Amino acid sequence: MAQPGTAEREERHDDHSAAHEADHQLGFWRRVVFSVDHKVIGIQYTVTSLFFLLFGFSLMMLARWQLANPGEALPVIGALFGASRMPGGVMLPEFYNQLGAMHGTIMVFMGVVPLAVGGFGNFVVPLQIGAPDMAFPRLNMASYHAYFWGGVIMLASFFVPGGAAQSGWTSYPPLSDIAPTGQTVWLVGMIFLITSSLLGSINFIVTIIQLRAPGLTFFRLPFFVWAQFVTAFLLLLAFPPLEAASFMQLMDRVAGTSFFLPSGLVVTGQALEVSGGGSPILWQHLFWFLAHPEVYVLILPAMGIIAEVIANNTRKPLWGYKALVYSVVGIGFLSFVVWAHHMFLTGMGTVMNAFFQTTTMIISIPSVIILTALILSLWGASMRFNTPMLFALAFLPMFGIGGLTGLPLGLSAADIHLHDTNYVIGHFHYVVAPGTIFALFAGIYYWFPKATGRRMSETLGKLHFWPSLLFMNGIFFPMLIQGMAGMQRRLYDGGASYSHAQDVLWWNDVMSWSAWGLGLTQVFFIVNFFWSLKKGAPAAANEWQATTLEWSAAPSPPPHGNFAVQPVVYRGPYEYSVPGMERDYLPQDDPSETAADTGSGHGLPDPVPAE
Amino acid sequence: MTTAAIPYTVEPRPDTGLNNVKLGIWLFLASEVMLFGALFASYILLRVGAPPGTWPEGATILNVPLATLNTAVLISSSVTMVMAWASCMKRDLGKFRLYMGLTVLCGVGFLIIKAIEYGAKFQHHLLPSTNTFLAIYFTLTGLHALHVIGGMAVNAWFWGPGSKMWHTAHQQFTNRVETAGLFWHFVDLVWIFLFPILYLL
Amino acid sequence: MSEQHAVDHGAHHDHADVDRHVRVYVLVFVALLVLTVVTVAISYLDLPTGPAVALALFVALVKGSLVACFFMHLISEKKLILWVLALTVFMFLGVLLGPWITDLDQVKLFGT
Repeated sequence: MAQPGTAEREERHDDHSAAHEADHQLGFWRRVVFSVDHKVIGIQYTVTSLFFLLFGFSLMMLARWQLANPGEALPVIGALFGASRMPGGVMLPEFYNQLGAMHGTIMVFMGVVPLAVGGFGNFVVPLQIGAPDMAFPRLNMASYHAYFWGGVIMLASFFVPGGAAQSGWTSYPPLSDIAPTGQTVWLVGMIFLITSSLLGSINFIVTIIQLRAPGLTFFRLPFFVWAQFVTAFLLLLAFPPLEAASFMQLMDRVAGTSFFLPSGLVVTGQALEVSGGGSPILWQHLFWFLAHPEVYVLILPAMGIIAEVIANNTRKPLWGYKALVYSVVGIGFLSFVVWAHHMFLTGMGTVMNAFFQTTTMIISIPSVIILTALILSLWGASMRFNTPMLFALAFLPMFGIGGLTGLPLGLSAADIHLHDTNYVIGHFHYVVAPGTIFALFAGIYYWFPKATGRRMSETLGKLHFWPSLLFMNGIFFPMLIQGMAGMQRRLYDGGASYSHAQDVLWWNDVMSWSAWGLGLTQVFFIVNFFWSLKKGAPAAANEWQATTLEWSAAPSPPPHGNFAVQPVVYRGPYEYSVPGMERDYLPQDDPSETAADTGSGHGLPDPVPAE
Repeated sequence: MTTAAIPYTVEPRPDTGLNNVKLGIWLFLASEVMLFGALFASYILLRVGAPPGTWPEGATILNVPLATLNTAVLISSSVTMVMAWASCMKRDLGKFRLYMGLTVLCGVGFLIIKAIEYGAKFQHHLLPSTNTFLAIYFTLTGLHALHVIGGMAVNAWFWGPGSKMWHTAHQQFTNRVETAGLFWHFVDLVWIFLFPILYLL
Repeated sequence: MSEQHAVDHGAHHDHADVDRHVRVYVLVFVALLVLTVVTVAISYLDLPTGPAVALALFVALVKGSLVACFFMHLISEKKLILWVLALTVFMFLGVLLGPWITDLDQVKLFGT
């Protein structure tokens, strides 16, 4: 963890030193819990989200017992869950549904996004743009707390009568409208989490636009910053409709309204005593209006991380920087007009299906451009196979599989057969799990030295990487097979009672063992993380010989205020292996200019740093 | 709590011409546009999907005269708000106090009238659960009223304890009043659309 | 701390300048009140749904534009803000009309 005290006292003695001395008088609460320093907040987000990721994953490891051994008692620990969840150690369907709904919710909203945006975004972006902090430090702190308490509320939902939310992470009405109390708690938790993201997105956009260092034009930004910039816009504009919808579902559940309840609804033989006249489809529209851009929120920061790690460990500039930038902006824009490809089977009609199918096919183009540019960046590389690079390299084919399996889903005719099957689960997990989560691991191994001033163990890193890669495929590839055989998703018995699923049932065992194997493998990471905090070898300021400002202009870890002197930027972000130079990297803020200094990559030197 | 000195919190950044707070508030308003937009979208879908004759005309259930009065009240508060900012620009503390005070009063007036409206509805057993029109009516106007309360709280703070900054950091204070004004005008803007859609159509 | 380096915008807007703006504010205020009366008056005309909605929205749009352009100073605002708003309006129309359009019984394309 950052030790601001010790790094601080050896720092420079300019007029900021007095302010920084005052900073150390801050008590535990102001310095740790209510810190307004983006680095501390970034670490808070990182640690909290890693915990939620582990917790969310554990929920599914538990559910996978039921899927592999339907109706059997879970030995040893099964009894711990109590009679309301697993009487005699046998999982109740209601509890299975809770595990499913909460796994999705926790992984997406409390795990991946807070880590990718709140954790990495907060820590790295101000450093990479040469800023002393985010534009609104106190708002940043408020965002973290909204997230934290939203997360607590979500976890608390497991303990209310009836258990946690159990209508899928998608919370479709009418089921979610009449579900037990946990759903109400879910809605309240979502409002906290959404608020956190909204406030955070404002902070990111203003920071990136307003606080760039002198000379850091938009086309000299590291791709990671571009990715976070577009992501922030997605969060800003797409989340409010879900907030509105959550509020309306809350009204349905608490105030007796019928926003999503149609007339004449009968539940277990009894007509519901509500006014009716509502529309379940309305929820689906509002939910997916967010949730589709949300999946790009899940992947874009990951692509940003991969870009940084690849450029650094190939020792050459990224291929197609401009193509990457235009593509990421294009993805951001297009992501708002594809949402109804999640609703192909709701009876919208062929014209509307055709429209959304078309936009969905179009959005695959910039995604492919980005993947291709990253792959082409490997050509002619002087590759370093450290742990971050291993995860980054694995990301490429894994995201490739995820993306390709999305194409049949985006075609409405094929989707008729694949919708709501395990194929869908396989598709999106490939993108998020060996996709995004691998990228997040790459990011942790890459930036851990910067944040802590210590190195992680390469040995443990590799022990973490290889089994994870194997087990990820062991879990998710069979889902594609089961899905194509017609096995529905979210089935409590794992498909055991369906005749058409019998041939592919045995994959459940493979997947469950792979899941538990994946869980065990994470122990290497957890041990590495905590051990290295205390006992890791000291890291250099520019541990990876990188070109971006967080490495070249700030110590490891950076002090409060980040930079002793305001960095000035003279060139693009990936000036590796510049011809004629002895050193194989030329940082953005290095004032010495060589004959081959390429500014933003056009081969024309900049005589004066642009303002 | 020491924060590192953040540039452009008060003075504008040369190439964008904006300070951080102004950009921030407009981004926030953009998200609010999407929030109310989703509710308006719900209104459209629910109304269009309602069987013929089941969707009441606003004027038959709602109190148009009261709402018209409320519209005038909110518009007036918008004018007084921008006059308060103009008084900041002219460094007239007395005028600022007057106009900001009027703005807060108008806000209170709006909420009182709203409370009378809601009270009358509840008395006649017209609740959000009665039908979908009332559901969306209460949700839209309720959320709007929450924004009025929020804006009023901020305005009251600037009128009261916050006005100390007039003397210590006048430019920053003026910027903050302008920012609060932008939020307040937005609240007025939403009502300008809410009123005809709910009450008159 | 930043106050010492702040550009005092007050100095750039002399009192005459502000007074000119104030005159505009008063005019806009009157216009808004008049348009409110117009909106209510139109509702008494008992027009069929289509024209009634169109007219009501049109008047609201005019009123809203006055508030946005003059009270919120959009008419003299920086380009960046205008671009952010343009993007927002596009997304707003998407969420507003998307669900409805997908729900229409008959969406005809090229006479299909």
